[in-house]
Amino acid sequence: MAPSSILAVVDVATGHYLHWGVIQISLTNLIVIVVMVVVFVLALLLPFPGGHDDGGDQ
Amino acid sequence: MTTPTVADTWTARVADRIAHLVPPGQALPDRQPAYVASWIYVFGVTTLAGLAVVLVTGSVLAVGGATWWHVSSFGHFVNSAHLWSTEVFMGSMVIHLWGKFWMAAWRGNRALTWITGVLAFVASIGAAFTGYLSQTNLDSQWISTQAKDGLNSIGVGAYFNVLNPGQMLMWHIVLMPFFIGVITVMHIVLVRRHGVVPPIDAEEGVR
Repeated sequence: MAPSSILAVVDVATGHYLHWGVIQISLTNLIVIVVMVVVFVLALLLPFPGGHDDGGDQ
Repeated sequence: MTTPTVADTWTARVADRIAHLVPPGQALPDRQPAYVASWIYVFGVTTLAGLAVVLVTGSVLAVGGATWWHVSSFGHFVNSAHLWSTEVFMGSMVIHLWGKFWMAAWRGNRALTWITGVLAFVASIGAAFTGYLSQTNLDSQWISTQAKDGLNSIGVGAYFNVLNPGQMLMWHIVLMPFFIGVITVMHIVLVRRHGVVPPIDAEEGVR
């Protein structure tokens, strides 16, 4: 591996961490969790396009 | 000595078993109950879609090798696609889990469907973890040294070594995908066998 490539591997940005008492979480993980909760709530609230009763004849 | 009939052969029994795994017409149904017309029922399929992309991008990465993505822009792109499809896979599975938990999806003789889903979730965590350990960078070294203490504290370190990148890579690209593939097929067959769970206030069988 070329030296420049090795440096590229090593040069990983440190993450941002949030601290709240004994709780420590990276900002990235918090964002992912918040996005999942938002998507979950939207999935419950948003109407499904084309949703209709298909006659119940299955 | 009696001559065995066709139905007595193990191949005939297996074929008959496969043919009756799901009710007629339920293997790939083109209609679903009205209550399935909700976004919350979408996340099982998005999980499967994410898994498909994970397997395809992982296969491409396997061609180039574990360190390919460090030295190739295309390898870096495929590695990123592998990461983000994993994000979609895990995120969708968690939302799928939340939805199924709150609708008590184990109702109606669906306990085994629930259990196979739990096993798929746990195995996926293992697959994601061994993926972290297979990055061949300082991140994977840091994660492996942190994980070994936790794993050793519960004794499982006697059976595998997270500091062994060769072992963890083999787990990541052979054992975990195989187990997840098998348990996913079982999960889908059980869903097709018992049907999509109705909402709690809906009457079972009314479609």
